[in-house]
Amino acid sequence: MVADPVSVAEVLNTSEERRVGGSHLMTLTLRIRRFNTEVSDDPWWDEFTIHVDPYERLVEALHHVKWHLDGTLTFRRSCAHGICGSDAMVINGRNALACKVLVRDVAPKVTIEPIRGLPVLKDLIVDMEPFFDGYRHVLPYLVNDEEVERERTQSPEERHRFDDTTKCILCAACTTSCPIFWADETYIGPAAIVNAHRFIFDSRDRGSRARLGILSEKTGVFRCRTTFNCTEACPRGIEVTKAIQEVKRAILTGRA
Amino acid sequence: MTVTHTYDAVIVGAGGAGLRAAIEASGRVKTAVISKLYPTRSHTGAAQGGVCAALGNVEEDYPEWHAFDTVKGGDYLVDQPAAEILTHEAVESIYELERWGLPFNRTPEGKIDQRRFGGHTADHGARPVKRACYAADRTGHMILQTLYQQCVKRDVRFFNEFYCLDLLRSDDGRTAGVVAYELATGELHVFRAKSVLFATGGYGRMFRVTSNAHALTGDAPAIAFRRGIPLEDMEFFQFHPTGLYRLGVLLSEGARGEGAVILNRDGERFMERYAPTIKDLAPRDVVSRSIYQEIKEGRGLGRKGDYVLLDLTHLDPRVLEEKLPDITEFARVYLQVEPKDEPVPIQPTAHYAMGGIPTDVHARVVVGPDEEVVPGLYAAGECACVSVHGANRLGTNSLLDIVVFGRRGGDDMVAHCLATELPAIDDDVTTPTRDLLDGILTRRDGDNAADIRAELQDSMFDLAFVVRTDEGLGKMHEILDGLRERYERISIGDTGTVYNTDLMEAVELGYLLDCAAALVAAAQARDESRGAHYREDHPLRDDANWLKHSLAYRQDDGSIRLETKPVKMGPYIPMERKY
Repeated sequence: MVADPVSVAEVLNTSEERRVGGSHLMTLTLRIRRFNTEVSDDPWWDEFTIHVDPYERLVEALHHVKWHLDGTLTFRRSCAHGICGSDAMVINGRNALACKVLVRDVAPKVTIEPIRGLPVLKDLIVDMEPFFDGYRHVLPYLVNDEEVERERTQSPEERHRFDDTTKCILCAACTTSCPIFWADETYIGPAAIVNAHRFIFDSRDRGSRARLGILSEKTGVFRCRTTFNCTEACPRGIEVTKAIQEVKRAILTGRA
Repeated sequence: MTVTHTYDAVIVGAGGAGLRAAIEASGRVKTAVISKLYPTRSHTGAAQGGVCAALGNVEEDYPEWHAFDTVKGGDYLVDQPAAEILTHEAVESIYELERWGLPFNRTPEGKIDQRRFGGHTADHGARPVKRACYAADRTGHMILQTLYQQCVKRDVRFFNEFYCLDLLRSDDGRTAGVVAYELATGELHVFRAKSVLFATGGYGRMFRVTSNAHALTGDAPAIAFRRGIPLEDMEFFQFHPTGLYRLGVLLSEGARGEGAVILNRDGERFMERYAPTIKDLAPRDVVSRSIYQEIKEGRGLGRKGDYVLLDLTHLDPRVLEEKLPDITEFARVYLQVEPKDEPVPIQPTAHYAMGGIPTDVHARVVVGPDEEVVPGLYAAGECACVSVHGANRLGTNSLLDIVVFGRRGGDDMVAHCLATELPAIDDDVTTPTRDLLDGILTRRDGDNAADIRAELQDSMFDLAFVVRTDEGLGKMHEILDGLRERYERISIGDTGTVYNTDLMEAVELGYLLDCAAALVAAAQARDESRGAHYREDHPLRDDANWLKHSLAYRQDDGSIRLETKPVKMGPYIPMERKY
């Protein structure tokens, strides 16, 4: 098979720049909210100016600072392509993964802060335990003790019903963008609800009664005021607010 | 201050293999999982395309066909009894994941759907077969989530953001636990245990272009290596053909399983020339070498002529949306390429270590050509070498490996724990670890770890990648000696105790240097080409001399001693590998 030669030539001519990266480096100033109990009881701001490929990921700009300018700058990261969920930060006021933001989209100056509503432990690292407590609280596993010989069946439509919420990577971008969560840490938060949704609408699950009971508590789903911050923040494109609304409706109608 | 914990079973690493082992062991013996990441951050979550098992849900298939493909795909370096276990236990392993809630894509009849994948064929190579069970292109994500969910259900004890830094063995050679560093506080913890399972993943971060997470630094292989345990088949490192250009981010082979093709600058589907029967679905080593050849002969694209194209434009847009959404997004976000409209620039990317800590089929670590068992020590997943992948792993078999041998390891740990007493340990077991950390923390104005790491990654990419030569590997050996010397003099900017990732990155660099040294030594010794190890100066497979595994030992002076052990053969006689 031979592809249309025009399309290949076109690719060659028109998009060389973006795929090989910029031929020039860009100046980027990173303004970073710092906190380190071994240095000061109070947070402070630091600025670093670096020269970096415009098509580089912001997390690599942070690495540049850490590796060459200030080894004490501390943040979490691992996969660096938006799958592991380690590097959620407040970037120019909005929650995002630093590995899914390109330098050229924030240059010449970017402000980076830790995600909000969780205790800051050092620089951009927050205490994730309260977040995972919320997750663990919703029985985030399939409940079904029925005997099955091989596999359970599930129609493509049934499978599709909860597809969106299976994408969650537990990065906390949604939960820590929620003003209700900021004001009241007992609110279970969007991510926990997303992970409950993933089972509530799974045709194979039998645990919805217990799960909906948990979510109808004072700390649960009805705290949501549909500000949509969570949906905007989700780096996986999950329609978080919609999922929350579906869970509310399931509680009100008594069925998933 | 040192905190001491006592468990029966300690699992190091919380990706698929570690979590699967934990599910098996917890509730039966007192179990702890130590992980330098939160479990859901583990790199199992980045696996995309699928996990193979001969369910026969879509077309005729048998575990025996799968076993043959695995052995042939591994260029006959696979231990065949292990491959038979892998492929036969695959079927129940997939059903188990389904019963635990894994949201597989479904056939119209509601069964687990299956698709094609590289090197997986019907009837011993006759034609591609639909064997890969999948959940869109986030199969690894769903496996990781599902296994973690089952751990939450079982209330498994996790120590998150704890870095394992040393392995403890008693005077009589039994496994006695590990030493770990708590990232939040800088404290050392001694985990005494009757058995330890290493499941720390790979070490792709020794290469500049890699699909691997920053965390993949060969921790357990290097720790074992320093404690006298050999590393097996380190020369075999898989370079996945379709990494995003420059970044190395993986574009799943599932794309080609759904019909995508690779094109050179002339728009030619060149795999038709290299693998006439299964073309773009040839195994990864074959496709990566073909890409290298195209680039070498001037048919690459770009200013440097160093990439080719993955073309998905002829696929139904719904396939991209429903079956390949993540890789579609990667192309958009990182290269600003819209895959439904234009082909995506790709190049081979360092992806997977076939080699690692030698184990038997119970995940027990074994030493030497006679495979003497190290009592109480286990390894599973990418850090281990069973060997089910031989010289080249087939796509999807890594996800299978972690669930099959994670379970087997966890199960055998339980038996071992129930039959043995807790080994005694000395009072000063943390001394070597303290010396290591204090050396890095107290030195001033030394070499910069990041510079050493960058040089390691650049030179490994240039000299020990898809194509190797004796000369290049010799040069790499010298470079590594120089980097090692500089590493002994490094200093870091953060000398604190709270979340000192600067310190841990420096330690990880030491692991990478050890793994690279073993890789290069084994690669230079093996003067043949087999699977992913391609020697331009010895382009043919040499079964007479090299149908055997390599074992690399670290000696007291830091040099490496090599020996070999036989491949466990079975029904499949080595023959020329054509696709």
